[in-house]
Amino acid sequence: MASFDSTFLDLGRLDNLSYNDTIIHRIDPRAKLLVTVVFIIVVVSFPKYALTSLVPFFFFPILMAYLAELPVGFLLKKLLIVSPFAVFIGIFNPFLDREVLVHLGSFDITGGWISFGSLILRFVLTVGAALILIATTSFPGICNALDRLKVPRLFVIQLMFLYRFIFVLTEETLRMVRARRMRSFDKKRPGIKQFVQMVGLLFLRTLERAERIYLAMCSRGFDGEIRTIKRLRFTLRDLLFLSLFIMLFAVFRFYNTNQILGNLVLQVFR
Amino acid sequence: MHMADALISPTVGLTFCAISGGTIIYSAKKLKEEANEKIIPLMGVLGAFVFAAQMINFTIPGTGSSGHLGGGMILAILLGPYAGFLTLASVLIIQALFFGDGGLLALGCNIFNMAFWTCFVAYPLIYRKIVKQDSQPTMITFAALVSVLAAMQLGPFSVVIQTLLSGISDLPFKSFVLLMQPIHLAIGLVEAVVTAAFIAFVRKARPEILQAAATSRLLAQIPIRKVLIGLGVVTLLTGGILSWFASSHPDGLEWSIERITGKSEISEPVKGIIPLLGAIQEKSAILPDYGFKPGGPPQTDEMQADQSERGEAWPAIASGTTVAGVVGSVMTLALAFLIGFVFKRRRSKVR
Amino acid sequence: MSHHIIDLQDVHYRYPDGTQALSGISFRIVHGEAVGIVGANGAGKSTLLLQIGGTLLPTAGSIRIGEIVLSKKTVKEIRKKIGFVFQDPDDQIFMPTVFEDVAFGPLHLGWTLDNVEQSALKALEKVNCKHLKDRPPHKLSMGQKRAVSIASVIAMDPDILVMDEPSSNLDPRSRRQLIQLLNTFDHSKIIASHDLDMVLELCERTIILGEGRVAADGRTRELFSDEKLLAENGLEKPLSLQYQRLRVAK
Ligand SMILES: Nc1ncnc2c1ncn2[C@@H]1O[C@H](COP(=O)(O)OP(=O)(O)OP(=O)(O)O)[C@@H](O)[C@H]1O
Ligand SMILES: [Mg+2]
Repeated sequence: MASFDSTFLDLGRLDNLSYNDTIIHRIDPRAKLLVTVVFIIVVVSFPKYALTSLVPFFFFPILMAYLAELPVGFLLKKLLIVSPFAVFIGIFNPFLDREVLVHLGSFDITGGWISFGSLILRFVLTVGAALILIATTSFPGICNALDRLKVPRLFVIQLMFLYRFIFVLTEETLRMVRARRMRSFDKKRPGIKQFVQMVGLLFLRTLERAERIYLAMCSRGFDGEIRTIKRLRFTLRDLLFLSLFIMLFAVFRFYNTNQILGNLVLQVFR
Repeated sequence: MHMADALISPTVGLTFCAISGGTIIYSAKKLKEEANEKIIPLMGVLGAFVFAAQMINFTIPGTGSSGHLGGGMILAILLGPYAGFLTLASVLIIQALFFGDGGLLALGCNIFNMAFWTCFVAYPLIYRKIVKQDSQPTMITFAALVSVLAAMQLGPFSVVIQTLLSGISDLPFKSFVLLMQPIHLAIGLVEAVVTAAFIAFVRKARPEILQAAATSRLLAQIPIRKVLIGLGVVTLLTGGILSWFASSHPDGLEWSIERITGKSEISEPVKGIIPLLGAIQEKSAILPDYGFKPGGPPQTDEMQADQSERGEAWPAIASGTTVAGVVGSVMTLALAFLIGFVFKRRRSKVR
Repeated sequence: MSHHIIDLQDVHYRYPDGTQALSGISFRIVHGEAVGIVGANGAGKSTLLLQIGGTLLPTAGSIRIGEIVLSKKTVKEIRKKIGFVFQDPDDQIFMPTVFEDVAFGPLHLGWTLDNVEQSALKALEKVNCKHLKDRPPHKLSMGQKRAVSIASVIAMDPDILVMDEPSSNLDPRSRRQLIQLLNTFDHSKIIASHDLDMVLELCERTIILGEGRVAADGRTRELFSDEKLLAENGLEKPLSLQYQRLRVAK
């Protein structure tokens, strides 16, 4: 994992993006959430050796990133430092599945390489879609969407609190980490003992904070029952966004879009 | 250890989403009925605490490499299984969104692998069985060590199972297990030591917290049987239905389209294709990914469609179709840029 | 307007760990009064405020807000009358957006959704923060956070505002804005603070606490000019009064 500072800054940057105001940011979080989930399911529903048929799906992230004015370089960088577990597991495929499936000129391409390539495309598409979702939808918006989609309220409210206090606590932690670094010139990282001390201190402070928050909630009428205010309005625009993209995914899934388009073009030039 | 979208099939992903989702609903209901309302802010703030603690790297003694905390068992011990599960699930959701760890579809798997085993198996069946109200500190430390190690073996093992069931990776069961388990024994050992040290710290600083957790009825008694039965039913139902769907209709989604439109394969653009290309296509597979030799690996649906249409002609790939595919891909993506561009122009004019 | 009266009689409080924080506090505050509460660290200011806000119940003595005597049963009733602004806005603002936070109180008082929305927006307008309504709290400055936490309290339309160190951690300009803002409220106000200059500007009357007891209770200007009294209670004369004296000396 990257150093505390850079992780913290990245988190903040992504969070900042989600509060921008573009045509995509204004769309109802429920619509974006559903489209993203459908997108991911459709992408992973392709057979193991699907490769070029996945390419049209880049349409979605590219269009979203463009319309939402996202810094593509930053998102790509995030994609690269994401936990490489999938790639790590996938890299075994070329060594295990050596059956030649495709001859491209004089090249023989084995099934393993194709499925590995497919896996990489899936990885980029699915993780990219999740990152784009959070870069275009504020987390409180996502919580509101979950609430309206009937996720248990206790869970939703706890997600809200988590989000709210992540920023308070990571900042507190950042100060601790920096203070420790100032005092110890020799070692970059704390050892386990020091780590537990730091975290223990943070824990004690956190408990006190939880107590104060509870008091603050009580003094504002909290009685164990959480109520939420309905702030989302699903408009025609949101419906259009939802249905158009889902239709598009269906087309990409069931028609060989590449082939049809390509043929059309080639035909024109012939 | 995060499971990734890229490794799973929709069947596996959705089944585990159903399992984890069901457990979330059940836990939320349970907490609402029985827990003190104070736990609501406590869960959120402790989740943020674990999140922040995860971001601090420490040096693993003897190796010089760096590690970081997972914190699952810590949450289970401090909050009990239900609240611990919900909190851990929330942390995983934030990680999936903000760090791209795992993915949204794989969330179900990840919540199951990390939070379920920890909170509903390792904690009640190991930690709570060892730690009694008047346990000695060494006993508590021992319990923390063992339960974390167990959870950290069960989690990766279910990663192996989920990956195998999905069929995207070619790793055979045995080598996969041999790859995963020892690595996570090492990772688990570090996590176990840190967890035990942390619990020891809490015991010294705020003994009443562990005391409260140890005596609380809600935290102690989980209707294991009920949970397991519920779990089994959900798994069988979702998994069963989805895999039946997937196997009897190789492409489940296509099956429903077929039902709706009444035709099985969407016909090719009949008129648009010039005879020459058609002739090339006659002799070839459509695209590199579908250009399998007969008797090759598991067939894809497109391939089946081809076979039924064109019989058993599977020569090497024809460059013509490849070109068409590549051109098509480029076009689709160019179109994305174009639409984005037009939209943006329009918008900036409106402004 | 008897229901705007706060009446404390011989209030004692001992924390569960045995710390005796308050030992016999009595005073009475009438409608519209602004009262400062000052005293050294650990004098019991925060504890006293928590009693008035109904978060802690006195171990002995009684607190009356209007006609209601504070007890476990009446706590809810009392919390509706009292708007409590905590010392750290990061504890006070617990919802993930400004609007949701300000709406939390009205929503949990059981108001209709329309009323909730209206009163939340009105409160934000009052503290000049309406434009921040969709922001998450971690993207606010300290002064903005303070303003929002005040808005989240006045949205509930309380009779009495209780504030613990409202000016801590504010830069001079935000502090000035806060003072101006508080001056526009005609609620009864109880303000605990180490910022004696602010107390001097906002409160006619001041209560000095020392070791859990009322050390002095009177007109702010008079108390703050009494250097001996201030020194006994670990306080220093506010700068504005010191400056005045210098000028007089010339
Ligand atoms: N939660 C607690 N448990 C036990 N003792 C406490 C607690 N909070 C405060 N005390 C003690 O009660 C006494 C009064 O504390 P209080 O916080 O009311 O003082 P204060 O006047 O607000 O101080 P400050 O100016 O530092 O805010 C102190 O001796 C303090 O140590
Ligand atoms: Mg105080």
